[in-house]
Amino acid sequence: MAAPARSAEAEARLAGLQLPQSGAWLHLARGAAVSRLRAMGLPVKRDEYWKYTDPTPLTVAAVPVAQVIPGETEGFDGIDCLRLVFVDGVFDAAASDNPALAGVEISRLAEAATQDIHWAHEVYGVLEARGQTPVARPLAALNSALATDGVLIRVVGKVSKPVALVYHQTSTASDAILHHCVKVEDGAELTLLESGPAGARSNTVMEVQVADGAAFHHVRTQGRDHERRTLTHVFARMGNASRFKSFTLTANGALTRNEVVLELIGADGVAHVAGAALGNGMFHHDDTVFITHQGTGCESRQVFKKVLRNGATGVFQGKILVKQSAQKTDGYQISQSLLLDDDSQFLCKPELEIYADDVKCSHGSTSGAIDDTALFYLRSRGVPEREAQSLLVLAFLAEAIAEIDDATIAEAIQARLESWLAAGAH
Amino acid sequence: MVALDKAETDVRDGVDRETVEAVNAMAGKYKHGWETDIETEYAPKGLSEDIVRLISEKNGEPEWMTDWRLQAYRRWLQLDEPRWAMLHYPEIDYQDQYYYAKPKSMSGKPKSLDEVDPKLLATYAKLGIPLKEQMILAGVDGAEAAPAEGRRVAVDAVFDSVSVGTTFKAELMKAGVIFMPISEAIREYPDLVKKYLGSVVPASDNYFATLNSAVFSDGSFVYIPEGVRCPMELSTYFRINAENTGQFERTLIIAEKGSYVSYLEGCTAPKRDIAQLHAAVVEIVIMEDAEVKYSTVQNWYPGDEEGRGGIYNFVTKRADCRGDRSKVMWTQVETGSAITWKYPSCILRGDDSQGEFYSIAIANNMQQADTGTKMIHLGKNTRSRIVSKGISAGKAQNTYRGLVSVHPKAKNSRNYTQCDSLLIGDKCGAHTVPYIEVKNNSSRVEHEATTSKVDDDQLFYCRSRGMDEEEAVALVVNGFCKEVLQALPMEFAMEAQSLVAISLEGSVG
Repeated sequence: MAAPARSAEAEARLAGLQLPQSGAWLHLARGAAVSRLRAMGLPVKRDEYWKYTDPTPLTVAAVPVAQVIPGETEGFDGIDCLRLVFVDGVFDAAASDNPALAGVEISRLAEAATQDIHWAHEVYGVLEARGQTPVARPLAALNSALATDGVLIRVVGKVSKPVALVYHQTSTASDAILHHCVKVEDGAELTLLESGPAGARSNTVMEVQVADGAAFHHVRTQGRDHERRTLTHVFARMGNASRFKSFTLTANGALTRNEVVLELIGADGVAHVAGAALGNGMFHHDDTVFITHQGTGCESRQVFKKVLRNGATGVFQGKILVKQSAQKTDGYQISQSLLLDDDSQFLCKPELEIYADDVKCSHGSTSGAIDDTALFYLRSRGVPEREAQSLLVLAFLAEAIAEIDDATIAEAIQARLESWLAAGAH
Repeated sequence: MVALDKAETDVRDGVDRETVEAVNAMAGKYKHGWETDIETEYAPKGLSEDIVRLISEKNGEPEWMTDWRLQAYRRWLQLDEPRWAMLHYPEIDYQDQYYYAKPKSMSGKPKSLDEVDPKLLATYAKLGIPLKEQMILAGVDGAEAAPAEGRRVAVDAVFDSVSVGTTFKAELMKAGVIFMPISEAIREYPDLVKKYLGSVVPASDNYFATLNSAVFSDGSFVYIPEGVRCPMELSTYFRINAENTGQFERTLIIAEKGSYVSYLEGCTAPKRDIAQLHAAVVEIVIMEDAEVKYSTVQNWYPGDEEGRGGIYNFVTKRADCRGDRSKVMWTQVETGSAITWKYPSCILRGDDSQGEFYSIAIANNMQQADTGTKMIHLGKNTRSRIVSKGISAGKAQNTYRGLVSVHPKAKNSRNYTQCDSLLIGDKCGAHTVPYIEVKNNSSRVEHEATTSKVDDDQLFYCRSRGMDEEEAVALVVNGFCKEVLQALPMEFAMEAQSLVAISLEGSVG
């Protein structure tokens, strides 16, 4: 199929892209990324992969303005973690903790960039490039070409506490491009937390290599009540008997698109991707997940729940691709939305593509209003309507939150959600 | 036979042996692959405005019809062939085929069935569709046992580009039902045709429908007047015979207020090494309280085990439920064709209107099927139901592609979708590509591809009667498959059963 025509202005911008100065390893990676990007062009609404989300705010040259919200709290209060702070997409060493921690080696992309060789050359842009087929993700290639900051984390043992990436926005027009690489070596384990979108507009790529027997846990919250435009990509490549778990909590935001591209290469890997989203008003939230099963006996699970009201839009595009080699695959996918009023909408494309016969793959998707009977029951027990609705919303989201393994973190997420509901985020 | 040898095929648990054997037995045994040796008159090869004019002239069409075709043709020139389906086939050379082929003996239009070339009659007799007005449709096993009353079927037989005969025309006319080739209807009922043709599938709808609008040569026209329950089932039987010839038929069904009709469609083609193109359009208009059942058993030549030959089947079928409480039901058994590209759709415009889609798609050897449905909910309290079973074997690829769209004004609508796939052997593929768009909150939309979640009430009932989960699921799923077959009118159910001859019990995951 012929690609939809791109605008001349976008073509010219791509042709004129100036790559940041860098050492040999990164220079090569950036050069390759920009070639990929030029071949693909920037995404447009007519692209099948952007059918339900207009990429324009993410691709226009001028950053759409987003007000700064004063007094916004970080996502993981009270959790003992190593904090690495980014302000408008730039690492803030003064606000961050000392990055020395047993079992993990952390360096800043901006610093590693000046070196001629770095372990990250095996990861940076490599997983992103693999993720470009069968579906093009040009904005991820743009990120690999242009990102100047981010962290490079190499995990060699079981890390005693989570590493947290904390993002702050202070400018109404910041355009943050962050690129993180994580390499979890054989048998190692890391929990990575992320809090808040990185700028008025942000484009974040995280590439995660999970080696044999290793585990990677990822929990993030993306703030609330803001006008920010957020695009994230997580690319993961998994070895034998490795584990990957990712959970995202999102409330509001003008545009959020979270893409997860996961490859189960080794045998017996387990990958879970989950998300809970609350949307009120001018909210557009898109979860796009692509899971490829190549190794035998792997399990993948996608659980996405959205609660929408006042004209909010929820999008889910999830795909499970089971290659012929991936016998004994267990793939599961559920996407559900609760529409609290008549103006909101849920657009969904859950896809299965299966080439192996001994597999168990299923997907389900539902959409509907809150259960009147349940609401009536709670009301009849003296629970005020608003509270009753919050209870039912929490119950609806519970399956997604249950995907967080760490009880302390799950509690923090639950508390955050409850406080948002109580404060009328919904 | 490729990769399906019983001894070699590694059958997974739960797929019962009979299913595999039945699929094996079907492979490479295409019953209707013979051809009729008959003198055929062709229009010159290729496609141009002149060919479009020629087809129009051959059918003795009025000027407005010729203009309509020409407009479609000009539009077609500007369109690109869609390539979004999961189908891989070599480029089609639209200039390297005939767009009009008709048996020479049909030149002087026969006035009645008695005048039709015996060779043509024999062709249909051999296919089990004798063009005689008789009480029952013979040649179908078991049909004789059926009660004679009510087992009559009127047949319109289309051979290459022309309709060779229509049975029971007079009797249907007594009830006010018009059933005739569309080429005749354009001449005899121009007002009706003009009013409805292209009103459901516009001439510029999509690449293949636009091509069809330009070059369709014949097809069936059905008009059921207000309050009439059509006294018998209507059917069209399509036969491709001529080589290098595309078949482009157009069907238009209009069901006025409170009427009812059940319509059947069957198709076969000879075995040839070169692929042939088939691009049909079916339009159905359904008014208040009317109901139309449209059943298809598609058995075009699927090509051989190596993927040589076969029909490329690109079909646009759409029903427009215009009136309140109108109802349409599509049932399809897709077993033939090298390539299937087909999405029978329902536009649920009237309040309380209903659309149903039941499908069994079987792809074997090198066949590729990309089929499904669209349910467009526009009216209030509209309901739709989709039950799709896909079976892949050999090196085949089978894709369910569907859209459920609930518009903001379609309050209290309801959709239930269930898609199950079964793979036999590890060289084939089964894919599901549903699109779900819900734009109000009083509607409930459910999509499942999980057998363990089929219908919780039924499962619970079975469980409470002491069955284990597997048994219960098997029973419910089995019930669903039978439901697809039972949705077919009797003659077709039998043909479909002998065609399918497959138990779907193994589809439980």
